[in-house]
Amino acid sequence: MKELREEGAPTEMYTRYLGEGKLAFQHCTGCGRAVFYPRVLCPYCGSTSLEWRESSGHGAVYTATAIYRRDREPHNVALVDLDEGFRMMSRVEGIVAEEVEIGMRVSFEAREEEGEPVAVFLPEEV
Amino acid sequence: MSLRGKAAVVGVAESVLGEVGPGLTPLDLIGQATVRALDDAGLEKGDVDGLFSSSAYYHMATLSVGEYLGIQPRYSDATSMGGSSFVSHLFHAAAAIDAGLCEVALIAYGSTQRSGGGRLVSASESSPYEAPYRPRYPVSMYALATSRHMYEYGTTREQLAEVAVAAREWAKLNPKAFARDDLTVEDVLDSRMVSSPLSVLDCCLVTDGGAAAVVTSAERARELGKPPVYLLGAGEAHWHRNISEMPDLTTTAATESAPRAYEMAGVSQRDMDVVMLYDAFTINTVMFLEDLGFCQKGEGGSFVSGGRISPGGELAVNTSGGGLSYNHPGMYGLMLIVEAVRQLRGEGGKRQVEGAETALVHGNGGVFSSQVTAVLGTEATF
Repeated sequence: MKELREEGAPTEMYTRYLGEGKLAFQHCTGCGRAVFYPRVLCPYCGSTSLEWRESSGHGAVYTATAIYRRDREPHNVALVDLDEGFRMMSRVEGIVAEEVEIGMRVSFEAREEEGEPVAVFLPEEV
Repeated sequence: MSLRGKAAVVGVAESVLGEVGPGLTPLDLIGQATVRALDDAGLEKGDVDGLFSSSAYYHMATLSVGEYLGIQPRYSDATSMGGSSFVSHLFHAAAAIDAGLCEVALIAYGSTQRSGGGRLVSASESSPYEAPYRPRYPVSMYALATSRHMYEYGTTREQLAEVAVAAREWAKLNPKAFARDDLTVEDVLDSRMVSSPLSVLDCCLVTDGGAAAVVTSAERARELGKPPVYLLGAGEAHWHRNISEMPDLTTTAATESAPRAYEMAGVSQRDMDVVMLYDAFTINTVMFLEDLGFCQKGEGGSFVSGGRISPGGELAVNTSGGGLSYNHPGMYGLMLIVEAVRQLRGEGGKRQVEGAETALVHGNGGVFSSQVTAVLGTEATF
């Protein structure tokens, strides 16, 4: 877990790190909790002492759904609990949508879609 | 200071419902419902001095509604937190009336989203942390909660289907209900999957419709023609807006709003004769029965099984047919109040719950986000 030291608007910072292939989150030095999505204050304790950190990218699927469309294969949406203690929405790639299981270990990869960096996850080798 | 019994609902009505055609606007439906609700109350438009509304169509809802109706309120509240807003309006209206800020409050809502092409007109702003993954708002968010509830508690699709079937059985007794044909558990299980594990028959209707409720002080209510339905207690709570920020996807903030309402009313869930729960999806009914205290967390699935919430069952839930089978015009919260008032006045027709004196109304908004609970009662509950 690396500490990142840069200043900027929270969402811009997140996107910039993601563009560099890093999954960044904030660590609150006031209460010690991980904060995501990024903000200018800690939603738990109110502290403004937030440090950017890089996630290991390892986590587990908290919940998932497969979304059905008439014209294409279903795609999945998952909430992933990162090992550092924050949760984010994402998708699990490299697996049929219906086979994403709760508890499944996954790891982060950065993608670029329509010119924007996007965080996705892949199932970890068991 | 408690608001218990300080204000009462004295008039309720819907507009035309279902599919109204391309001509009518949401404001037209609000106008229809308002005329009918004022008539029900025995009051004039000129009596209204407090206005409450929320809308996905009209950004400044009370301004648009006030202008259309020709009401110039001295108190205005456009609290907007999704479908629960209107239960919140009832709560806030009682507080405003008790504080002397207004005397006759009108709560109004209308939507033409079915005639508008079936598109869900919603106030869902895009989150940069969710939008790239293309969840289908709002069904995918509720599906994520459903998946987790099944994982943690063994809730099954069959149990969820029981919710849809119970709603349909009630709807068959309500001439105003939109969906009244036969429905079985198998029909729900076999229906088209939308966002797993929720299929299309786990989802509420998409209809047109408007509703209005008139609220006034207990003193003035007693001078009017129909029996007043008193607000005995209310409570609200919200913990998140986006589903990825919901602390635990199997537990809603109803676990806070309900105790607040019960405490004010001096009752518990055991005292409720009829229960109106915001059933945007079948999982809502299951989770709200848990969070409102009717069963333990995780037992909602078994609680709804075996026809227990159907007509003639142990607990009368969503006697109108609910958002699943009666009507769901984008935001459904005001219609919970309309049905509760009808039951407490004995105006439920074939679906009337005999001797109903107390009603629980629970509104939900966003993606299990805002939770607002109200307890209503007849004169006998004082």
